[in-house]
Amino acid sequence: MKVGIPAEISSNELRVAATPKTVKRLQKQGFEVQIQKGAGTKANFSDKEFEEAGAKIVNSAADIYGNSDIVLKVKEPSVEEVGMMKEGLVLLSYLWPAQNQDLLKTLADKKVNAIAMDAIPRISRAQKMDVLSSMANIAGYRAVIEGSYHFGRFLNGQITAAGKVEPAKVLVIGAGVAGLAAIGAANSLGAIVRAFDTRKEVAEQIESMGAQFLTVEIEEDGATSSGYSKEMSKEFIEAEMKLFLEQAKEVDIVITTAQIPGRPAPKLWLDYHVDAMKPGSVIVDLAASTGGNCAYTKNGEVFTTNNGVTIVGKLSQLPSQASQLYGNNLCHLLDDMGKAEKWKIDMEDAVVSRAMVTHNGKINWPPAPLPVSPTAGGAKKVVPPTAEELKISDAEKSKKATTSMLISLAVVGALLFLVGKFAPAEFIQHFTVFILAVFVGWQLITNVAHSLHTPLMAVTNAISGIIVVGGLLQTTNDIMSPMTILAFIAILVASINIVGGFVVTHRMLKMFKK
Amino acid sequence: MFIVKEIQTAAYLFASILFILSLGGLSSQESAKRGVVYGIIGMIVAIIATVLGQGVAGHIYIIVAIAIASVIGLLLARKVEMTAMPQLVAILHSFVGLAAVLVGFGSYLDPKSHELQGAAHTIHLVEVFVGIFIGAITFTGSIIAWGKLDGKVPSKPWSFKGLQTMNLLLLAACTVLGVLYCKAEGTGGMLYLGIMTLIASFIGVVLVMAIGGGDMPVVVSMLNSYSGWAAAAAGFMLGNDLLIVTGALVGSSGAILSMHMCHAMNRSFFSVIFANGAGSGSGGEKKAMEGEVTALNHEEVAALLKEAKSVVIVPGYGMAVAKAQYPIYDMVQTLRKANKKVRFAIHPVAGRLPGHMNVLLAEANVPYDIVLEMDEINEDMPETDVVMVIGANDVVNPGAQDDPASSIYGMPVIEAWKAEKVIIMKRSMSAGYSGEDNPLFYKPNSEMLYGDAKASVEKIMSFLKA
Repeated sequence: MKVGIPAEISSNELRVAATPKTVKRLQKQGFEVQIQKGAGTKANFSDKEFEEAGAKIVNSAADIYGNSDIVLKVKEPSVEEVGMMKEGLVLLSYLWPAQNQDLLKTLADKKVNAIAMDAIPRISRAQKMDVLSSMANIAGYRAVIEGSYHFGRFLNGQITAAGKVEPAKVLVIGAGVAGLAAIGAANSLGAIVRAFDTRKEVAEQIESMGAQFLTVEIEEDGATSSGYSKEMSKEFIEAEMKLFLEQAKEVDIVITTAQIPGRPAPKLWLDYHVDAMKPGSVIVDLAASTGGNCAYTKNGEVFTTNNGVTIVGKLSQLPSQASQLYGNNLCHLLDDMGKAEKWKIDMEDAVVSRAMVTHNGKINWPPAPLPVSPTAGGAKKVVPPTAEELKISDAEKSKKATTSMLISLAVVGALLFLVGKFAPAEFIQHFTVFILAVFVGWQLITNVAHSLHTPLMAVTNAISGIIVVGGLLQTTNDIMSPMTILAFIAILVASINIVGGFVVTHRMLKMFKK
Repeated sequence: MFIVKEIQTAAYLFASILFILSLGGLSSQESAKRGVVYGIIGMIVAIIATVLGQGVAGHIYIIVAIAIASVIGLLLARKVEMTAMPQLVAILHSFVGLAAVLVGFGSYLDPKSHELQGAAHTIHLVEVFVGIFIGAITFTGSIIAWGKLDGKVPSKPWSFKGLQTMNLLLLAACTVLGVLYCKAEGTGGMLYLGIMTLIASFIGVVLVMAIGGGDMPVVVSMLNSYSGWAAAAAGFMLGNDLLIVTGALVGSSGAILSMHMCHAMNRSFFSVIFANGAGSGSGGEKKAMEGEVTALNHEEVAALLKEAKSVVIVPGYGMAVAKAQYPIYDMVQTLRKANKKVRFAIHPVAGRLPGHMNVLLAEANVPYDIVLEMDEINEDMPETDVVMVIGANDVVNPGAQDDPASSIYGMPVIEAWKAEKVIIMKRSMSAGYSGEDNPLFYKPNSEMLYGDAKASVEKIMSFLKA
């Protein structure tokens, strides 16, 4: 089977869908690889490198589209590009199916089987092919680097001979993959990082990356079963805006990452927020391409507002790094689809069936929903009974426990009564001692540390050698009497136990040290 | 030189207090050594008070027996390797069982005991009978446990369908024998007593044979408990309160220890003792293993460790078998010198004896403040870079949490899979003692490192130093 990689025609798109490394990998999977001349130039991969990796260099895009079974692409294809595609071609590319209904239709008419890499469901199994995650990771990192470049001051705090430098304060809004990557990068540069997200479940992740989790005093969780956050109530948004306003006066760099799939990005950083910021502050808007989270953001532009706030609406994509990760994502998907040998478009497969937006001339969008949110979906599967059922079974349990307690108390009482009635006084006395000792032993051991179980066992073992007393009491002066012989052996084995047990415990305890 | 009964009783009381303090002292590392001293003093007081008591004769034989025993005991305890500790404890239990049987027979033969009349006589006979019964089970059971731990008896559970029924029938037979024996005049019940002893010995054998090596910690502590009950029974037949108190202390402490451990394995005590556990998951299809098993070589593991900031080591029985605790601690020291956070995570039932791992690590001088329990470390797992699982299997099995069909479902486990990277050092892909396949090996973030634990760790060290 032939895999083709065309050059990206959009001047903004620096990435390429394969790198020399992934070309090698594709060949290992059994594919023949052909690549358009100059496809990797913008991502710093030369044709020579591709050729050395084993790819065939092809001159025109038409050859790629007309003469490949699978085409790997980054940006969604233009109408001209679709025109060059042959029937039955499998296309792996970003497609943004929710925004590009017309494109889906043209692809379906052409009978192209298109997989939207951006529509790979975000489930555990598909993580290795999740391009949104891998690209978001890059974006988050880059957001901090560019933000700090435009900020033009240290991010970390320093005390130098020339004076004290305050650490920069970075606010990250939205703690998805990009947000978390940004938190990590800013934190490692030494900034004070705060982060906001409407989903309470990410608080732990935010804190684990080293940021402070900001929250509003309203009980509302934005988590949904799709893994993205939902839109919040009016009260919540008001409280959120108030919180942002307080933060705006303090923070130096704001990185916004909030996106809702298939819709314009929510406006979170409004005009009055920007106006409240100190001159020299920077806003990096990672949602610029879908309209921006900041009211002033201009997609593809970096500009400074009248009050001296720089707003970054354009990020370098780190094309060579991004191409490598994107290429790997593609390889993983091809791996999953059976490689060249067992190649199959399996519409039963949870990943393929959702990402395959056009199949055999039909549009397959939007896909069936698939819950992934860990609190909403995953946990319940493990614990089937609902809270109410649990309550009922708890009540039943405690009822049962009371009954069984009463029964056992009655049995114990009756037994003791029988013992008292028939047994001689001496036995009762021993029996009392016995029962009390049982309880003492029970209480003693309840708080023994796990690590001391072995020494404890050796010591109780030595102590149970007390049975030697039995032997001692039975010895007589006549060594030939069977009783004395038995007693002699009993003393012997029990004493081995005593000495051995204590010595070995001592040996063990000597080793324990702080 | 004799002491009067009152003084002897006072001495016994003193000894009992010392034994209680001894067990109590073992609840923490700091007071444990004092606990042993209390125990030794208590034992010496008890023996001297008994020997000096009225009616004890044959002092010379007593001294000879104790002298011989002391030499044997000292040699045994000095010589034993820390890895062989479970075996030693098991075999020592069998001695107590044997002593209880002998004391029981001795008491039956004792002409004094037949002077008793009526209910007192019957009660005495029953005490002897029960004492010998428990003693015999402890004796043979401990020997089998020792054999299993020492590898002389296959550690796989050995069982057949009618086992439970057979045990019940044997128990019934013992009861019948007991009734016959109680009715016999003088020492005429000797035959019944002898047959019962054989039956009890046999029960001891099959009882422990049916339990798998993985459940041995519970078995050892259960036998510990039995040996206590045997001593208490001996106390009843001899009318000796010290024996009763001490026996009851040991018996109940052993019982609660076993229950603690069963709790840690999420098994009921009875299902362990009657070998019902394995394969009795709550039903349903077993989860198929998803994903691939990938392996690393020693150099790659060393590279991972060099990059890691925090490392957790989960040791298991494999570490004990390979005696890898010394090289492991060498490695830990090297890593700690490089400013890495290295800690040990110990599952309550890791190894073949409760607290087994702690003893081995202590032997290698690992300070106990970096040795943490499962509950202490589990919450830190997500922030851990590398988890090294050394010769452990079931205690890190994620199936215990998410596969209701697994026989160990519900058992608390160390959540190794939550760490960034898991390295599993193992001799082969074989299943753990529970016989369950381990989905951890198939997780994308886990890597196998095959080979003997000690040799592997030493190899990793050579790369770490390079």
